[in-house]
Amino acid sequence: MVLQSIKGKSFGLIIGATLLLLFNFLSIILGYTNITIQTAIDAFTNFNSSNEHIIILDVRLPRALIATAVGVSLGVAGALLQALTRNPLASPDILGFNAGASFSIVVALMLFSVTSLQAITWIAFIGAAIAGFLVYFLGSIGRDGMTPIKMTLAGAAIAALFASLTQGLLVMDESALDQVLFWMSGSVQGRKLDILFAVLPYLVIGLIISLIISNKINILNLGDDVAKGLGQRIMIVKLIAGISVILLAGGSVAIAGPIGFIGIVVPHVVKWLVGNDYRWIIPYCAIVGGIFLLIADIGARYILMPEEVPVGIMTALVGTPFFIYIARKGGRKA
Amino acid sequence: MRKYKSIRAFRDQISFLIDRKAFKYHVLFFFFLGLVFLLSAGMGEQSFSPWKTFNILLGNGSNFESMVVESFRMPRILISILVGIGLAVAGAIMQAILRNPLASPDVTGITGGASVAVVLFLAIFSNESNALTVSVHWMPLAAFIGATIVAICLYLLSWKNGLSPFRLVLVGIGLWALTKALTNLFMILGPIHQAAQANVWITGSVYGANWSNVQILAPITVLLLLITLIMTRHLNIQELGEDIALGVGARIERQRLGLLILCTAFIGSAVAFAGGVGFVGLMAPHIARKLVGSSFGNLLPLSAMIGAILVLLADTIGRTVFLPIEVPAGVFTAVIGAPYFIYLLYRQRNA
Repeated sequence: MVLQSIKGKSFGLIIGATLLLLFNFLSIILGYTNITIQTAIDAFTNFNSSNEHIIILDVRLPRALIATAVGVSLGVAGALLQALTRNPLASPDILGFNAGASFSIVVALMLFSVTSLQAITWIAFIGAAIAGFLVYFLGSIGRDGMTPIKMTLAGAAIAALFASLTQGLLVMDESALDQVLFWMSGSVQGRKLDILFAVLPYLVIGLIISLIISNKINILNLGDDVAKGLGQRIMIVKLIAGISVILLAGGSVAIAGPIGFIGIVVPHVVKWLVGNDYRWIIPYCAIVGGIFLLIADIGARYILMPEEVPVGIMTALVGTPFFIYIARKGGRKA
Repeated sequence: MRKYKSIRAFRDQISFLIDRKAFKYHVLFFFFLGLVFLLSAGMGEQSFSPWKTFNILLGNGSNFESMVVESFRMPRILISILVGIGLAVAGAIMQAILRNPLASPDVTGITGGASVAVVLFLAIFSNESNALTVSVHWMPLAAFIGATIVAICLYLLSWKNGLSPFRLVLVGIGLWALTKALTNLFMILGPIHQAAQANVWITGSVYGANWSNVQILAPITVLLLLITLIMTRHLNIQELGEDIALGVGARIERQRLGLLILCTAFIGSAVAFAGGVGFVGLMAPHIARKLVGSSFGNLLPLSAMIGAILVLLADTIGRTVFLPIEVPAGVFTAVIGAPYFIYLLYRQRNA
C-alpha cells in the first residue's frame, strides 16, 4: 500500500474529495459547448436564462451529479462484492446484477407499462437481487464451495441468459425500444435530476450501511471460520452487505443503465492505495469510483467529437485489460 | 467386434470400422434434419404440408409455390444449416484443443472478434447510401481475421507456464466483454440506420439471406469440412492431453495452431452471414458427445448435424411463431443455451 499512516490516509481522503469536486466542475465546463469558468459560476449565482446557463443547469449539472452518484455506488458495491465472494474478479456486471436489473426494467416497461420512477427503481432492485442470488447459488454449489472461477462463469451464464431474454423482448416490440434504449445504453447523459432524486435515498442508505458494517467486513475477510470463532454472526453480516450491494448496484442501473468494470477496477486501485482495511477501503472506493466515472464520462465526450460514446463503452475499454491482468494473476484473493 | 461393423473395399486396400451405435444415431439425425428441413421450407405465411413441400422441391408445384419455397425460403434454410454446421464443428474443435467442455467460441470472445471485424468492415466500406463499396465476398475474410486476432490474443494472454483451461476461460470472458464494447463503438461510428440493422445481426439472424450468400458460404464450408476430415486424427490425439500426445509423437503445438486457425475459419464464415448465433458451439458438440462418445470421427459429423438442426429450428420458430414479427434465431439459441451452460457448470461443480 502507498499510504501507510492514518494521517496519510486521512489526508488522502481530503485530497480525493477535493479532486472529486474538481472533476465535477470540469464535467460542467468541458464539452462540445465550451464554457468559461466565470459563466459556470454565474449560472449558479445570477441566472440569466442564456443558452449557456441553460446548458449548465439542465444538461451539464445533472450529468455531473449522476456520474458522481453512480460512480460512488458502483465502486462501493464492487468492494463489498469482492469481500463477500472472496473473488477479486467480482463486480456487479460480471456477477450478472446489471443484466438482471436491465431485464426486469424492460419487462416492467413493456409488459406492465410501469411508468413511475419509484416503481422502476424497486423493480431494478428485485431484478438485481434475483440475478445476484442465482449467481451466488450457482457459484457456491459443489464440494469445494465458492471459487472465483465458478462464480465468474455462473455470472457470465446468467448475464448471457438475461441479456438474450432482454434482446428477445425488444425485438418483439419495437415501439418500446425507444423507451427502453434509454436504460439499455449505459450512459449518464440525457437523464434528468428527477431520476437521481428518486433513487438517491436508496443509494445513500446503501452507502451508510456499507460504512457502518465496514469493520464487520474486516472480520469476515479473515475467513468464515475465524469470523465465527470471533463471535460474528456471519450470515447476518453477509445478508446486510448483500442488501446494500443490491441497493447500490440496482440503484445505479435504474439511473444510468448497465455500466461495467467500475466495480472491478476501483477496489483494486484502492487496495493498492490503502491496504486491506475496509474502514478505509469503503470511503476511498466511493471517492475513487466517482472520480473514475467522471473522467470516463468527460473522455467519452472528446473521443469522437462531436458524437458521444456511451460511458459504458469507455469503462469497458479501460476495464478489460485490467480484468485480464487480474485473471492472469491467478484468480486468487488479491 | 459386435459393436463395430468392418467395411472393406478394393481388395482390402480401403478398410474401416463403423461403430454400429454411432451409425444408427447418424442415420436418425440425418432423417431428423431432413424432416426439419421440409417443415421449415413449408412453414410461413404460405403454409404447405411437408409432403407438398417435397413435391414442390421436385418441381411439381405452381410457379408461385416454387418461387416461395425456392427463392424466399431455401437460401435462408441453407444458410441456417451451413452456419449451424460451422459453429458446431468449431465448438467441437475448440473443446478438443482446450480440453474444457465449457470453452465455446462465444464465451471465449472469438465470435465477438468476428462481430467486431464485420461491423468495422461495414463501417469502413459503406458509402453514403449504405451500399457496400467492395464485394461482400470479402466479409467472411474480415470476420475470419477478427476471429483469428482474438484467438491469438486469447492464446497469448492465457499463456503463463503453460495453458490452464480455467485461465483461458477467464481471459476469454474478459475478451468477450471487450469485443462487445468495441462492437458497440463501431456501431456508433457507422451510419445510424446501419446500426439498427447491425443490432439484429449481432443477436444472430439469418434474416435476408439470399442465393449469392449461399454461393459464398457453401464452398467455404465444404472446403473447411474436408480439411477437418483430414485433421480428425490430430483432434483425437489432442484430446488425450499434452503428455500423451507428445508421447505418441504428435507435434502438438503445430497441430494446435492449425486446429485453432481451422476453428476461427469456421467461426469467421458463420458469423459473417448470421452474426452471433450464440451457444450452438457449446451445445451441439456436447449433445453429440453424450450420444456417441469422444471419438472425433463420430463426433464431428453428428455435432455438425445437431448444430444445423438447432439453428434451423431456432430460425424456423423465430420467423413463424411470433408473426408478424421475426425473432432472431440467436435469441432462441441463447435462451436454450444459457441454461444448458448453467447445467454444465452444475455438473462440473466438483471438478
